Amino acid sequence: MDFRLNDEQEMIRSAVRELALNDIEPIAKEIDAESRHPAETIKKLAEMGIMGMMVSEEYGGSGSDAISYAIAVEEISRVCGSTGIIVSVNNSLACYPIEKFGTDDQKNKFLTPLASGAKLGAFGLTEPSAGTDAGSQRTVAQKEDGHYIINGSKIFITNGPVADTLVIFAMTDKSAGMRGITAFIIEKGMPGFSIGTEEDKLGIRGSQTGELVFQNLIVPEENRLWDEGRGFSIAMQTLDCGRIGVAAQALGIAQGALDRSVQYAKERVQFGKPIGKFQAISFMLADMETRVQAARYLVYSAAFAKDNQKKYSKEAAMAKLYAAETAMDITTKAIQIHGGYGYTKDYPVERYFRDAKITEIYEGTSEVMKMVISRALGL
Amino acid sequence: MSIDRNKGENMNIIVCMKQVPDTTDVKIDPKTGTLIREGVPSIVNPDDKHAIEESLRLKEKFGGTVTVVSMGPPQAIDALKEVYAMGVDDTILLSDRAFAGADTWATSYTLGMGIKALGEYDLIFCGLQAIDGDTAQIGPQLAEFLDIPQVTYVKKVNIEGNELTVVRALEDGHMTVKVPMPALLTAVKELNRPRYPTMGGIIKAYREHETKVWSASDIEAEPANIGLEGSPTQVKRTFAPEPRGKVEIIEGDSAAEMVSGLVDKLKEKNVVR
Ligand SMILES: Cc1cc2nc3c(=O)[nH]c(=O)nc-3n(C[C@H](O)[C@H](O)[C@H](O)COP(=O)(O)OP(=O)(O)OC[C@H]3O[C@@H](n4cnc5c(N)ncnc54)[C@H](O)[C@@H]3O)c2cc1C
Ligand SMILES: Cc1cc2nc3c(=O)[nH]c(=O)nc-3n(C[C@H](O)[C@H](O)[C@H](O)COP(=O)(O)OP(=O)(O)OC[C@H]3O[C@@H](n4cnc5c(N)ncnc54)[C@H](O)[C@@H]3O)c2cc1C
Repeated sequence: MDFRLNDEQEMIRSAVRELALNDIEPIAKEIDAESRHPAETIKKLAEMGIMGMMVSEEYGGSGSDAISYAIAVEEISRVCGSTGIIVSVNNSLACYPIEKFGTDDQKNKFLTPLASGAKLGAFGLTEPSAGTDAGSQRTVAQKEDGHYIINGSKIFITNGPVADTLVIFAMTDKSAGMRGITAFIIEKGMPGFSIGTEEDKLGIRGSQTGELVFQNLIVPEENRLWDEGRGFSIAMQTLDCGRIGVAAQALGIAQGALDRSVQYAKERVQFGKPIGKFQAISFMLADMETRVQAARYLVYSAAFAKDNQKKYSKEAAMAKLYAAETAMDITTKAIQIHGGYGYTKDYPVERYFRDAKITEIYEGTSEVMKMVISRALGL
Repeated sequence: MSIDRNKGENMNIIVCMKQVPDTTDVKIDPKTGTLIREGVPSIVNPDDKHAIEESLRLKEKFGGTVTVVSMGPPQAIDALKEVYAMGVDDTILLSDRAFAGADTWATSYTLGMGIKALGEYDLIFCGLQAIDGDTAQIGPQLAEFLDIPQVTYVKKVNIEGNELTVVRALEDGHMTVKVPMPALLTAVKELNRPRYPTMGGIIKAYREHETKVWSASDIEAEPANIGLEGSPTQVKRTFAPEPRGKVEIIEGDSAAEMVSGLVDKLKEKNVVR
């Protein structure tokens, strides 16, 4: 066993870290305050090949391994959780299913621009009455000579309001239940497709979350991803990959809050000494450091399993569960260490705290992660 | 024969790049007088990144190749991999135990011999100075050795035909110079904003690219001109200057009070009357 990243992975970390510090951190507060999609950052991330990291070079990607991908999302989220999820969704919820389940034509047409970052992707599974119970889809796709007519809506879709290319799910056969769900690739501007309500959120406010509305949306048959009835399987496999991304996002948020806390503990003086000299604070930081490192190993080991073509569903669930809870724990303590200052928007830990919570909810709640893990135990 | 760049003729550009410790305030071991390098990560010398960026832009405009040459120990390969990931075509490491202990003269000689071994070129780019050695001597010495014109402190480059129009950043303004190619330029940070290495570039750098490593005999360097032996500089002593004087903070309730306190002090020291 070797706990060391290789030189390639180390260089990927330092390159992404440099970009994160120079270009992402300086606007993190602003995009949060203004709930603004950071288009300028996404362009830079695209130039560096971060929008389609694991996609093969043939389709405009970087051909990286999953560990490097996790490192990139971690380093981005370490300064800005919003940017972290925009990147994660494009990589693992948009590029991944098209590369894995798409035809060559679909890959040429849809994957290449997504992977190169020329276009932005989204993934629309959740509906008002189909959250955790994603199988109970109400959106329907009716087949008619050569195309499908889709009616229904999706909510809470990350990147939805700004996406060009979206992977969505609809029922092609209501009587078949989960086996009646089919995936489609749709594009912005298609007649019958519009954006509804945009959410006003607690955190990750720089990431746009919105409703997708389909009213007699006509989708050509060639946009169907894999066979009819395979949608639920596509969604579940895609979310396994996505959970590595969200786990890495949570890890980055935790690490970022920890970085700030260590720095603050060295600088803030009370009773004539830096507060980090009080054991109550230094032990809290010791626990935080330990927990973040434990989360990191879980995240990288899930990515490692994926890289080695092992089943990684359980590993990704454990990584996401633990990293998300770690992010909540660390950001809560980070505010504690910052005292009253940490509760204000003058210090970034306030933003980290708000950004952390979503990692316990999307791409499967923590309860769902426990369902996945316990099922793997045969329960 | 003049080259018509407008017809998209190729430029062969060579950039000299030094791997340096990542710190702007290098610490010197007071006992040995040498740089403390332990525990300090190594990076591409910042000015050299600007030289590489400009070379890549020229290549994108006119076609051609960018080759990066570095003299250093085997671990300098990491820095070469990084610049490869920025998009340069080839990287060469001049590495030999015999190069160790080189002063700027021996370094310039070695780089010059390496460049001669590379063959034809239109342009050589160096950084203005390295953040560790800090002499800013290599560029000018290398140009002298190769017997080509040089322009230092370059903040802007334009090419027409076979002629470079170069703007130099000076302390009190700027100076525009025209110079024929081949020439050597030294880059300052005002020149551009260097691009980041790409993910695909990093992956190729480690999985496919091989840096050529050349020894003293590969570049036909004279043993008497390289390394410690080839270095005319004799270092008697290196030391960190003792901090001098004390900072005094003048306090007061109002600006006026603080200013009058300052004036009193200056009078005391006979700086003002
Ligand atoms: C900011 C944001 C971005 C999002 N981005 C996307 C996106 O890009 N694409 C997309 O498709 N969706 C997205 N979602 C939706 C997200 O995945 C869902 O919100 C999530 O799956 C939970 O569904 P729900 O909100 O309907 O909660 P519910 O399913 O109603 O769950 C409510 C609570 O009940 C618990 N619960 C439900 N069922 C069980 C059970 N069987 N056992 C135990 N506990 C249970 C849950 O864990 C939770 O605590 C996003 C959501 C948000 C808030
Ligand atoms: C008096 C003295 C004694 C020294 N003794 C030793 C010693 O014993 N051992 C030791 O290791 N070093 C020693 N050095 C350091 C070494 O000689 C210099 O670091 C080296 O010659 C480059 O000079 P510089 O760092 O000042 O570069 P500068 O002249 O400031 O660099 C300008 C540019 O030249 C190029 N360049 C510089 N160095 C290289 C390189 N190696 N490869 C490719 N391009 C380069 C880069 O483009 C750089 O931006 C000594 C230096 C001095 C001044």
